[in-house]
Amino acid sequence: MPEEREEVVLVTGTRRGIGRYLAERFAERGAKVIGCSRQPAEWEADGYEHHLADVSSEQDVKALLHGIARRHGRLDVVVNNAGVAAMNAALLTPAATVDRIMAVNFWGTALVCREAAKLMMRRRYGRIVNLGTVAVPLRLEGEAFYAASKSAVVTYSQVLARELGPLGITVNVVGPGPVDTDLLRGVPPDRVDRIVQGQAVKRRGTFADVANVVDFFVRPESGFVTGQVLYLGGA
Amino acid sequence: MERDELVKLVAERLAELAPPGLAEGGGRITEATVLLGQDGLLDSLGLVNLLVDVEQTLEEETGAALIIGDDRAVSARHSPFRTVGSLADYAMDLLHQHA
Repeated sequence: MPEEREEVVLVTGTRRGIGRYLAERFAERGAKVIGCSRQPAEWEADGYEHHLADVSSEQDVKALLHGIARRHGRLDVVVNNAGVAAMNAALLTPAATVDRIMAVNFWGTALVCREAAKLMMRRRYGRIVNLGTVAVPLRLEGEAFYAASKSAVVTYSQVLARELGPLGITVNVVGPGPVDTDLLRGVPPDRVDRIVQGQAVKRRGTFADVANVVDFFVRPESGFVTGQVLYLGGA
Repeated sequence: MERDELVKLVAERLAELAPPGLAEGGGRITEATVLLGQDGLLDSLGLVNLLVDVEQTLEEETGAALIIGDDRAVSARHSPFRTVGSLADYAMDLLHQHA
């Protein structure tokens, strides 16, 4: 008999980094995990299925969620992890870069939330966790558009939490500091050190630090926890 | 999809959401049944539920991915969500535009 996996989890941006870590972790714990990215994933896990989708594409997201509804009939947890970053002075940032950052980080998150909530509301249950960043409270220079896109995620999540509260769906944000991922690769090491020094706990974050907060937000017992933003490291 | 099918679809979805007394007598829902406002059966959350249900059912049955609660409809002076019939008419318009 194949193992029965009941909880259905969607994690976006699972090709690498935090998204992959979270997807593997949910799958190890017995969830049915659906992941997506624009490029194919070069890893596999029992209970994990990967889809090619650009979260900023309404067509892709609708198709992804439609597929989940058809195959699994439910969705319990969504982690909106997919994101892009670009370090540049605000005055030098090209419009195309701004468009891309806002499209993926804000609109992609909102789009997945919208379609996921439509599926979650059928069972009057859902847990949504969106990824923020310490660049918002620390107001990091050189990250104006990245931070602004994540500020939009925060405000959107807090309003959405109110709209979805009566439907049994919670919406929260976890804001990591510097974690060794692709997004951090373009940031000079001395700059990363300065960000770390601005935190209460002066070290880089780990995937496990992020997962710990995600675990808390997605627990069934966390139904009274919504609209919250938790920044790691004491930023 | 014909208009009477759309009215039936909206009425069926409404019967699942509306107060129990009305839901039991589903036959009492007609295209003149008021959804919102004075004498309306639904509050704003109920309307969201209904629109999402109708959207999803239409997508499953016709393949048309519609957003029924778009800005135009929500801000229209004469809301297309006033009655079962007006919602069916509005969905019909969207289906024709999508075709």
